[in-house]
Amino acid sequence: MPDEIKSPPPPPPPENEKPTADKPATPGGVKSTPSGSVQSQTTTTPTETSTPPKPAAPATPAKPAAPAAAGHPAPPKPAGPVPTPWDSPLVAKYKREYGSGINPLTHLGQNYFEVDRSLIPEILQLLRDDEKFDYCVDLTAVHYPKRERQFDVVWVLYSFSRNERIRVKTQIADGESLPSSVPLWATCNWLEREVYDMFGIKFDGHPDLKRILLPDGWKGFPLRKDYGILQQDNEWVQINLGIESGQ
Amino acid sequence: MTDPRSLSPLDLDTPDKTFLDANELVINMGPQHPATHGVLRVILRLDGEKVLGLECVIGYLHRGVEKIAENRTYTMFNPYVDRMDYVAAVSNGLGYCEAVERLLSVEAPPRAQYIRVILTELNRIASHQLWLGTHALDIGAITPLFYTFRDREEILKIFEKYCGARLTTHAFRIGGLQYEAYDGFERDVKNFVSFVKPKIDEYEELLTTNRIWLERTKGVGVISGKDCIALGVTGPVLRASGVKWDIRKAQPYANYKNFDFEIPTGENGDTYDRYIVRMIEMRQSLRIIEQAVEGIPEGPIMAKVPKVMKPPVGEVYHSIEAPKGELGYFIVSDGSTQPYRVRVRPPSFVNLQALDLMCRDQLVADVIAVIGTLDIVLGEVDR
Repeated sequence: MPDEIKSPPPPPPPENEKPTADKPATPGGVKSTPSGSVQSQTTTTPTETSTPPKPAAPATPAKPAAPAAAGHPAPPKPAGPVPTPWDSPLVAKYKREYGSGINPLTHLGQNYFEVDRSLIPEILQLLRDDEKFDYCVDLTAVHYPKRERQFDVVWVLYSFSRNERIRVKTQIADGESLPSSVPLWATCNWLEREVYDMFGIKFDGHPDLKRILLPDGWKGFPLRKDYGILQQDNEWVQINLGIESGQ
Repeated sequence: MTDPRSLSPLDLDTPDKTFLDANELVINMGPQHPATHGVLRVILRLDGEKVLGLECVIGYLHRGVEKIAENRTYTMFNPYVDRMDYVAAVSNGLGYCEAVERLLSVEAPPRAQYIRVILTELNRIASHQLWLGTHALDIGAITPLFYTFRDREEILKIFEKYCGARLTTHAFRIGGLQYEAYDGFERDVKNFVSFVKPKIDEYEELLTTNRIWLERTKGVGVISGKDCIALGVTGPVLRASGVKWDIRKAQPYANYKNFDFEIPTGENGDTYDRYIVRMIEMRQSLRIIEQAVEGIPEGPIMAKVPKVMKPPVGEVYHSIEAPKGELGYFIVSDGSTQPYRVRVRPPSFVNLQALDLMCRDQLVADVIAVIGTLDIVLGEVDR
């Protein structure tokens, strides 16, 4: 019994932490609370149902499992697929050449390279010229504020001749720039402008790097996780309407 | 043809001295312009009637869809995707639902797949009809607009009967469908197919051999297949330039591999070819619908999906062939109920980038024809 009582409490605190960490980014405090309460209600039920099997299994491993769950809420949960090494002639060739600089993985049936920042220009050039990935489908970024290298930059590439789609991923720090891919794929012109607009990542050698969706005078980069919607809104209302925001 | 990669940005401050300054003119078109299909602003640099270059100014409809997604649960974000390409809302929903299903490793049951395909293909026809009507109107042919809107109404009626909404349908759910097909759904779809077939002939009668139409579209806004690929242009524009590529065939999703249909291609990559390609696509969509409506299996319409969706940590890129081109969703999950990041790869945004190349050395009146033939929806360009 003490085990059972002990193990349910640890999961909820991290669950509650998450919404509060995200709160500055939520549009309205009123809206976020119901969803938060729904989360906590519903998360307690799965943990209650999932905990009985744990004690049912050998009693001794259950004890070390509980503190581990308290430290990292994510690891015990995903029963889903995990990225596995990706193996193909293409990968073998690059792996031989670049060793640990690239990490080929496959996840949910989709292949991608995790590439060291310094190898990016070379790898992209090779993929386009030698491997015929002639169509850059998309270029985007993901922000992880807690990481040292805050941004994942992702190229989605497709090859018409191979009918194959891959992703190239790299990590860069805030303020670090990347070489522009416009000489490789003309489509990167607007895509890089959008990444700059939303994340503030600069691309060296871009012909015309400026904001694309937001007005030129916009402050901040909205898709960064630390960008609060409310402050921006309040400030705009104060400056342009001269009143306190109702939010 | 200029290499699209070497196109220099439009220099608005220093006019090119090789042209007579008296002829050179920078004019502004939009954002409130009836022929830009929404709030698109185009800055044109002209030498007399000839376009030297142009720059698109976009973002007037930016609603921050990707930021909204990070603050909603997976289910709550579903209706938002309808508001991007609002004339092809069903396709948007299909792409999003399939992407999340892939993250969750579930698959919609066969019955749901069939109904999804029928609704998506109906939506493709509706989108092409709207394109045809407005595009022809821009160039000066008013009649097709009335014809296409009259017939598009029949599709919207089916949507309304199915889910209660005409445009922003929110027709699909993650894991399948919320609603079972209503009584008489199959009959309505079959009736529509036999109703619209002769109507498409009617549109073609009005335009295909019409001399004014030919003059305004043949050789206008030419783009080669190579340039399309470099610029990431997809959909009917790419196919009209001779590249036989359609995601429904290349990397089949839903249950498209069960159906027999052709991918039309053009040769010249001009506005006329894009018109022909879209007309054939409508007929091919009807072919898919005919096969699908005959084969709807019995069974459940929802897969087993948890009420509170928490996809395992991971990321996925899933794309579908929307009426306008490749519509992709890149979704990152951190294991919580809200997506960590949703990136939408909108076909209209990427295709619009080709406008500059397609309009260079054309007449200013053709800019309107080229904007029309690209078939953009500004709600999707700006998101």
